[in-house]
Amino acid sequence: MRVLVCVKRVPAPGAKINITADGQAVDTAYLAFTTSPHEECAVEAAVQLVEAHGGESTVLTLGPAAAEEQLRYAASVGVTGCVLLPIDVADWDPQRTAAALTEAIRTIEATDGTFDLVLFGNESADSGNFQIGVRVAHALGRPMVNGVKGIEIDGDSVRARREAEAGVEVYVLPMPAVLGVKEGINLPRYPTMKGRLNAKKVAVRQLTASGEPGGQQMVTLLQAAEQVSETVILGRGADAASAVVDLMEELGLSK
Amino acid sequence: MSEQTVPSRATVVVIGAGIVGNCLVGHLSRLGWTDMVLLDKGPLPNPGGSTGHASNFIFPTDHNKEMAFLTVESQNQYIAHGLNNTCGGIEVAREPQRMEEFQRRMTSATAWGIDARLVTPAEIKEMVPFINDEILLGGYYTPSVSVVDSLATGTLMREGAVAAGHLSVFANTEVLDLETTDVPGGLPKITAVVTDKGRIEAEHVVVACGVWSPRIAAMAGATIPLTPAVHQMADVGPIDVLVESNQELAYPIVRDMDTFCYERQSAGSMEVGSYAHRPILMRPDDIPSNEASALTPTELPLTYDDFEPQMEQAIELMEMLGDAEIKYAINGLLSLTPDANPVLGETVEVRNLWSAAAVWIKEGPGIAQLVAEWMTYGYPHMCDPHGSDISRFYPHEKTEWHINARCNEHFNKTYGIVHPREQWASQRGIRRSPFYAREEALGAVFFDARGWERPQWYESNAELMEKYPEACEPRTHEWDARWWSPITNAEHLQMRASVGMVDLTAFNEFDFEGPGALGFLQYMCVNNVDVAVGRSVYTPLLTPHGGFRGDLTIQRLGDDHFRVITGAFDGGRDNYWFRKHLPTDGSVTFTDRSQGICTVGVWGPNAAATMAKIVTDHTTAPYDLSQEGFPYGAVRDVIIDGVPCTMFRISYVGENGWEIYTRMEHGLKLWDAIWEAGQEFEICPVGIGVYAVTGRIEKGYRLMGAELESEYDPVEAGLARPKVKSADFLGKEAYLKAREEGPAAIMCTLSMDSQRCADGYDRFPTGGNEPILTLTGERILDAKGRVSRVTTAGAGPSVGKYLLMAYLPPEHAVEGTKLQVMYMNERYPVTVERAGATPLFDPADARMKS
Amino acid sequence: MSVLVVVEHDRGTIAPATLEACVAARALGEPVHALTIGVAADGLVDVLAEHGVSLVVRAHHDLLADYGPEAWGETVAHEVRRSSPSAVVATGTDRGNEVMAQAAARLDLPFVANCTEITPGEPWSIQRVRWGGSLLERCTLTAPVKLVTVAHHTHEASPAPASVTTETISPELDASLARTVVAERVERAAGVTLATAPLVVGGGRGVGSADGFGPLEELAAELGGVVGCSRAVTNNGWRNHTDQVGQTGTRIAPDLYIACGISGAIQHWVGAMASKKILAINTDAEANMVTKADYAVIGDLHQVVPAITAEIRRRRTG
Repeated sequence: MRVLVCVKRVPAPGAKINITADGQAVDTAYLAFTTSPHEECAVEAAVQLVEAHGGESTVLTLGPAAAEEQLRYAASVGVTGCVLLPIDVADWDPQRTAAALTEAIRTIEATDGTFDLVLFGNESADSGNFQIGVRVAHALGRPMVNGVKGIEIDGDSVRARREAEAGVEVYVLPMPAVLGVKEGINLPRYPTMKGRLNAKKVAVRQLTASGEPGGQQMVTLLQAAEQVSETVILGRGADAASAVVDLMEELGLSK
Repeated sequence: MSEQTVPSRATVVVIGAGIVGNCLVGHLSRLGWTDMVLLDKGPLPNPGGSTGHASNFIFPTDHNKEMAFLTVESQNQYIAHGLNNTCGGIEVAREPQRMEEFQRRMTSATAWGIDARLVTPAEIKEMVPFINDEILLGGYYTPSVSVVDSLATGTLMREGAVAAGHLSVFANTEVLDLETTDVPGGLPKITAVVTDKGRIEAEHVVVACGVWSPRIAAMAGATIPLTPAVHQMADVGPIDVLVESNQELAYPIVRDMDTFCYERQSAGSMEVGSYAHRPILMRPDDIPSNEASALTPTELPLTYDDFEPQMEQAIELMEMLGDAEIKYAINGLLSLTPDANPVLGETVEVRNLWSAAAVWIKEGPGIAQLVAEWMTYGYPHMCDPHGSDISRFYPHEKTEWHINARCNEHFNKTYGIVHPREQWASQRGIRRSPFYAREEALGAVFFDARGWERPQWYESNAELMEKYPEACEPRTHEWDARWWSPITNAEHLQMRASVGMVDLTAFNEFDFEGPGALGFLQYMCVNNVDVAVGRSVYTPLLTPHGGFRGDLTIQRLGDDHFRVITGAFDGGRDNYWFRKHLPTDGSVTFTDRSQGICTVGVWGPNAAATMAKIVTDHTTAPYDLSQEGFPYGAVRDVIIDGVPCTMFRISYVGENGWEIYTRMEHGLKLWDAIWEAGQEFEICPVGIGVYAVTGRIEKGYRLMGAELESEYDPVEAGLARPKVKSADFLGKEAYLKAREEGPAAIMCTLSMDSQRCADGYDRFPTGGNEPILTLTGERILDAKGRVSRVTTAGAGPSVGKYLLMAYLPPEHAVEGTKLQVMYMNERYPVTVERAGATPLFDPADARMKS
Repeated sequence: MSVLVVVEHDRGTIAPATLEACVAARALGEPVHALTIGVAADGLVDVLAEHGVSLVVRAHHDLLADYGPEAWGETVAHEVRRSSPSAVVATGTDRGNEVMAQAAARLDLPFVANCTEITPGEPWSIQRVRWGGSLLERCTLTAPVKLVTVAHHTHEASPAPASVTTETISPELDASLARTVVAERVERAAGVTLATAPLVVGGGRGVGSADGFGPLEELAAELGGVVGCSRAVTNNGWRNHTDQVGQTGTRIAPDLYIACGISGAIQHWVGAMASKKILAINTDAEANMVTKADYAVIGDLHQVVPAITAEIRRRRTG
């Protein structure tokens, strides 16, 4: 089977995320870049699917030239093809991103054949727009379910599981299909040293990104208001149990 | 938490709760300090500094005595805490030079009493079955190599001080400012630490902030010259063979010395670390905050481009690493200094502000004790700290420019093979004497002396070698010949035969003036400085404990005017030591005149005849240079070819002659005048190779930092005068005690009876702590546990012997005693030639005074 | 003109976030209409009226018997085309965002997810959540119909009774959309979930082992709560990822979150910060979780947690 994973290059920040002086970006002076966690799981899912069912996996990203790092990371854990849509900013708005990815997928599929599965992450770690995969799927006319935490191939269809409040929902999608993968579906492997070294040699195919700006445009990033609270120390060690239960009663819990 | 506020007062505030700060408060507590505060900006137990990501292993062998001692001492402290996991360690060689280096390591291990042995590739394979022994030539195996728990050790030390009621600890507390107060006539003094949880008035403040130290010290106007730099490390696994071992450390740590990498088991995975990548330096201000760091501030993301070559080499050494997953990979920050040594002691700018920085895990607890002793006793007892002393740096050495240049140069030497005489390539030509152009024209080969370019020898003297062929044999082994030339021996003999001139501009000159000058210097010096105007005195300076803190010459230029002459290497330390003790009542002024004065030495049987041609008084009348008119030790103002100069009849090379000083701008004129006058005597430009080694060792003159260290006293060094002056002086009590007790070791001059190595050619020890052994091969310890080792080694062209200086216990310090010296892991027979200060060459000092 | 709220429900059970969306919709200053999808939701009219909805549009279709992102998205798109609201507001939840994305794709309109503040105008000025709540973004939304979801837990549901009328529509849905309707459902054991529990007892690295969670389970069970954990715990394999509280795990908003032996890395904090009260139990008084918590007990969780359970039992029997 043929599996495509769409990923996004995002910073890997610490507890506090600093913003650049112009408010336009996260200050990444001493941060690493990574693949969004959900997408890291999507990459792992793609590699596992190909290991189980044969075929090949490809990773696609829209991002700055440096996003090649994320493509090679995917290659280092077993993805075989890399495609970069270079842009001269960190990202595009959701509509434009979806348009560019759709166009690229059509281009790749025109020569290499249709992808049975196109995997996205549930949402990107940084922008969290929750819509790229849905838009691409709709443009390609393919079924799409987000939040997937289990994938099984069953002939021409894919069984996708996801967790909801009430339990586990199972969707059965005819392929070709699009899935948004959520962290927890698997534990992504780390690259090996050999994988890292081999990934350096993988060819990265470049396609031109195209798409018109959409109706959502970022003005600036802001720090979320810090929650300043004074911690009330209820006590030390087991002796504090009584004060804790008092608190629980006050909150209406201990009934 | 907001409810926590810091105390308003403390005897000492230690900033930084890494291995150093934690161990320091523990040691201070043991030494009786109370009301201490320990702060860190980060959380405990891992505040996010270099300690938190250290690989924590200890390879005890070091060629440097101070660092070897502190490392072994630290390992013992980890052992005492039960936090030392011994696994053994093998340094492996891929290149032949490394095998030579292992012979040198065996020698150092013997000196320090470290169990070590050379192992074959097959033996390595036996200990590390997964290693590729086919690419190895051999190894250096140290069974005592261990991995320690630095966080837990620090926690125990810290909690010990808390439990004793001596310490309060404040994590998540940021230092915002260090306050100082001006002291009229003295250095400013630290007064308080301002934190985000309040202000603490403090008598002492210690900066133990690792990579952040420069930033914190700067708050008080002090400089701690270090730079944060990257050390790359990756944790790869799980690896079956390691997992199956079911131990944290089942296999010895492997240092792949020729690729500058190490492989250290960490339970089921392997830590691969590298010092091979390009130097990656940062600024302390650019280190991200704890909050903004993905891991901790000193665990930055690995830059794979830099690491990939090392991954290939690691896989070549241990193929299994290739298939292991990279679970954790960092550009870990550590501290580098311009000379790769720690930065310890009171800052030169601010009284009671201390630095305990640029310290590795392997030496942390020991250094903490050293600094604690320093703070408690005024100077450490456990070992001489001069290699790490923060006051060693000259102003140009404290610039980011210099720090970066030198760190860039030495980073890749972390696992390198560094020759004892190795010269820096960067930051050269920073300080040049006025004679530089002449010296360059004479083919001077310049060595660096704390920035000064000093001729080590002159290629123009190459033809002199034909005059003294026996003394100028080339050395067979490249190591012995490196950074050395037989020309030095020719210069030596030509000086002794006629006259030579030496550029000594690197000297430091400090003037002390005022009504309190005499009293102050009497207090600072062992010997009586109350000499007649125009006379001089050589004197040791002692630590409060009675060990050597310095040695220098003092000239009395007026009733209330003294000039100290001291060497290039200790000028910074001496400057600090005097200024630290200077009275603040205005009775003494201190002026460092070093930058304005150049010096040339003229020595040899024809020195007087040479100088007689050009020295006059102010009236152009010839000056009386006779021994009667201008005796040894006298200082006189003269005119040389129209240039006002000061001549000082003294010698460090055992010949009659003078040190001649003039202002920098007159220097070239002075040089030319002497050069011209000396032509009829075939005057020879003489390099520091003669001045500091061959000439000196023939005369048995002691050098600060080599023979003279704080662990030894003047009685042992043979520098005790018959009488002790009545005036009180620093270290007097200890000195009197030492005189009473007699020496536990005596400084001796030894000669090598044979230099012939097993391969059939002569070897030449470099003077790098080679151990002196008994005839049965035992290392020699004196009653105080100090090892007998070579402090200086060099040719004695005039005595026809290769000479060594070493302290020997009294039973061995007997002239004619036969012993051995180990060099490059081979033993050579030696004879004790002199026990004490009597020179081997011209024992009566007749030449200097004729 | 009106604002249309997309009602999130699961086979007739309304998602609390819907009522938060009603608050945000009312603030836009136009009549609030609501779209209920599927017959099962017909009974929600009263609660919607209670929260300020003046018109409930009930979409009926065979494909809408259960949740299906494409069928739901197409239904929303159909209603937008039919009634031309000025804006559509949905819940900032997995379903809400998914349905709105489907609708936006079908309408070829922009869609802004997880808004915290909306300032109408032309264009709209919006503040929205990024980085899981660590950062905010101010952006503009230019569109003939504004599609937004409201970030969960940023608006507090409050009643604003309105008189309500209803209307029923039958959108045209292509039979193929059945492909993404829930095909099967594996019911989880009865009881509260991490996301809905009034009490969550969380364990971190400090718990030390899988077995170490026993006392936490006991305490949670005592008060009808559930056990959660930090990422370090799932990485160590001590608990399933389903129990993970955090940016990439589950967001929780219990009345009380007891964080035991959790240092409080941001990834975890982001998932826990909507809790009404947080109690940290930690040996380290300076741990991030302690300094951020409302309450703390300094001590070893292995002693403190059983003591709390014992105290609860003592008071019950005593």
